[in-house]
Amino acid sequence: MSLTMKDLDTGATNTWCPGCGNFAILMTVKQALIQLGLNPSQVVAVSGIGCHGKTTDYLKVNTFHVIHGRVLPAATAIKLANHGLTVLGFAGDGDAFNIGMGHFPHAARRNVNMAYIVHDNLIYGLTTGQASPTSRQGLVTKTTPRGSAEPGVNPLTQSLTGGATFVARTFAGEAKHMTEVLKRAITHRGFAVVDVLQPCVTFNRVNTYEFYKQRVRKLEEEGHDEGDFEAAYRRAQEWGDVIPIGVFYVEERPTYEDGFPALAGGPLVGQPLSRDLSGLMAEFK
Amino acid sequence: MKCKGLRDDTVSVVIGGEAGQGISRSGELLGKALMRCGFHCYGTMDYPSLIRGGHNFYQLRASSRPVYSQTPYADVLIALNRESVGLHLGSMNAGGGVIHDERDALEEGLGRDRGINLYPVPLTDIVKELGGPDIMRNTVALGAASALIGLDAGTLKQVVAETFEGREKIIKMNEDAIQRGYTYVAGQDYGFGCCLESGERPRGQWLTGNDAIALGAMAAGCKFYSAYPMTPASPLLHYFASHDKAGGTVAIQTESEIAAAMMAIGASYAGIRSMTGTSGGGFSLMTESLSLAAMSETPLVVMLGQRPGPSTGLATYSAQGDLLFAVYGAHGEFQRIVVAPGDVDECFYLAAEAFNLAERFQIPVILLTDKTLVESNQTTDAFDLSRVSIDRGKLVESWEGPGEYLRYRDDEDGVSPRAFPGAEGILVPANSNEHLENGLSTSSSEAVAKMVDKRFRKAQHIRAAVEGLQPIRVYGDKRPRVTLVGWGGTKGPALEALGMLRDDGVKARFVQVVFMEPFPGGLEKYLKGTCVLFEDNRSAQLGTLIRLNTGYAFKHVGLRYDGRPFNPGEIRDRVLEVLG
Ligand SMILES: Cc1ncc(C[n+]2csc(CCOP(=O)(O)OP(=O)(O)O)c2C)c(N)n1
Ligand code: SF4
Repeated sequence: MSLTMKDLDTGATNTWCPGCGNFAILMTVKQALIQLGLNPSQVVAVSGIGCHGKTTDYLKVNTFHVIHGRVLPAATAIKLANHGLTVLGFAGDGDAFNIGMGHFPHAARRNVNMAYIVHDNLIYGLTTGQASPTSRQGLVTKTTPRGSAEPGVNPLTQSLTGGATFVARTFAGEAKHMTEVLKRAITHRGFAVVDVLQPCVTFNRVNTYEFYKQRVRKLEEEGHDEGDFEAAYRRAQEWGDVIPIGVFYVEERPTYEDGFPALAGGPLVGQPLSRDLSGLMAEFK
Repeated sequence: MKCKGLRDDTVSVVIGGEAGQGISRSGELLGKALMRCGFHCYGTMDYPSLIRGGHNFYQLRASSRPVYSQTPYADVLIALNRESVGLHLGSMNAGGGVIHDERDALEEGLGRDRGINLYPVPLTDIVKELGGPDIMRNTVALGAASALIGLDAGTLKQVVAETFEGREKIIKMNEDAIQRGYTYVAGQDYGFGCCLESGERPRGQWLTGNDAIALGAMAAGCKFYSAYPMTPASPLLHYFASHDKAGGTVAIQTESEIAAAMMAIGASYAGIRSMTGTSGGGFSLMTESLSLAAMSETPLVVMLGQRPGPSTGLATYSAQGDLLFAVYGAHGEFQRIVVAPGDVDECFYLAAEAFNLAERFQIPVILLTDKTLVESNQTTDAFDLSRVSIDRGKLVESWEGPGEYLRYRDDEDGVSPRAFPGAEGILVPANSNEHLENGLSTSSSEAVAKMVDKRFRKAQHIRAAVEGLQPIRVYGDKRPRVTLVGWGGTKGPALEALGMLRDDGVKARFVQVVFMEPFPGGLEKYLKGTCVLFEDNRSAQLGTLIRLNTGYAFKHVGLRYDGRPFNPGEIRDRVLEVLG
């Protein structure tokens, strides 16, 4: 029996602001899971702290709502413990690129086999409107009353230089595009980053649906070569009248779990706990 | 066999030199050879945080009776550089011998006033002749030391050969080095000391606290070790990394201690036994995750190896200054277990048990150790694997209902049924937010209080489990004149001090507090008459815990906070001083 949208709904009361871009992300994640025919019991969603983090309250799969910025190490270990599972990470821009930034290039270079979905609203939502690392220079927020003086972090170039093997951006106002990108990210073998332009209708009055609608251009309609790192890097830097969305870069590389001999015989979680210790103990005799 | 020493029961060998001269390895090899000959051994390394240069020394004590600690005295000094002679000559026992490189041309008659003999050996020349690397000087010196203490060179050769398994050329060169050193000294016997009698059979094993913890974790089925390098916990990471194939484990050097703790938690959520290890600085970074483990009820085992702080402190030395931090560190109120082994046996059995406790109660368990304990070698009987059992607590693989699976079901004992993601028909939530029984976030007043109560109801069951694990251990005289109290790495020197006090005609006992949280009941009954508390810290933190839990305040304490462990003699002296 095939899965329906309702099957993936926990029934929890949704507390996102009406119009928030998170709704579209949640909906398209569900669609992607359904279209890919995934069994919810074989999917784990790990979320950080922020408005985005509530995803795990609303998405009916295995879930771990961790602490602020720590989606990646938890998700990495879940994948290593049971590499049969499909692992999805949901983070905010603050979660991913401020407090959790220390984990990001490491998950990327390790090529952890998971999809990392960043709800990028260029602002702190849950803590009511402070600047985020992806806030653009000049953005007025509660903590930047004269406009942010700091240039923003670019999630895409960070992903590319970090070593992510699937780098994409999509827009919460383009549901179909989002579903397609998410499906590819989820099935990609390796670390797949999806930076989702997610309007925060309450605190970010600059980067709105309208703002993006006027600017987004689909890479796939412009003959972009996903295998060309330099082209990807060049396009990833564009942010102005044109904001490219789509899959910037894809690469095949061994994943993190491929490097551990203990996983060769199947998921770690399935292996018996007791083992013969005589060889190990003999070293000390 | 017999081994020569200055006293009839113990020989103490100090190997001194610079970092990079293979000192710790030499000490460990000599200890292993002596263990094979039936001696009880204890070996510890004193080294500054340096890669080259600086003064390092390894002290090895071998005895026909159990030895548990270092002493400041040496019978034999292997001086791999000149500086070591100056630094250690003063603490050598009368009649001792100094093995040094002939090239160091020590002053004729140095130490003779105290009956100390110099044994110049052409360490460098021998190595050159053999065409070996400079570091092989220590192998020649070990051969020389064997001759001096009467250890059979064959055993030493065998032990060294095993470490170079399969590399025949290197083995041969090392065997020659040992033989050359041995022959050189055997030929110039100045009548060193008297005879030491060893036991009948080889001792079971020779290993550090870190080794024992690693084996305990392996025995308990731990399959995942994530850590960021930090002395004195790094050897655990090295062990797991180098035994990942043999042990079927995953070892990860993470980007930080935050990642290390979070990975251990992630792996545990996914259903495997996992562990992380660090020292105080790293534990500071882990505290937010510790609190997550508590809230999400994810089992977590952390080895916290103490070294002196605050801050970087003395990176390679020992302390017991993080006891209260281990017991109280991290935000929010939650149940945890803090257990402090005091020797390699306890490191093994309690590490193994830590996994059962963490899983049975779905809480963090902190294995609190110190540098002296985890980096020093001890001989002990081979671990009895039949004493290790695996109890994963309330696990469910399928769900019969009623209703949907409730990860945080409000069970009587506070422990809810745990399942792992991947199980058919069960979806497993874990949540850092306060949550309902089904794992969804909540802020409802009633639901919150209910969930807090649920977690706290574990307390009495945790306490009962801890009481069954001998949380207080008592050694020595049943009707003592004085009671010594301590924990962790002070156990070894305290036990040896008991023997010294007995020789002094003082009946004494040692009370070891093994579990710090929950604090065990019944300690009061030992706190009678004269009691002296010994700790490797400045503020007597166990004293604080004891006062909080029993109301008893120590009048007498012996505290050491210079990064060095106690010597048995110091403890004895302090006790005699208190007794007046
Ligand atoms: C250690 C820690 N520091 C601060 C916070 C408070 N906090 C909660 S969410 C958040 C930032 C949210 O921004 P973002 O990650 O962009 O997520 P959003 O709410 O926009 O989805 C902060 C600072 C926290 N929960 N934990
Ligand atoms: S504050 Fe912004 S990000 Fe948070 S729910 Fe509201 S609109 Fe969405």
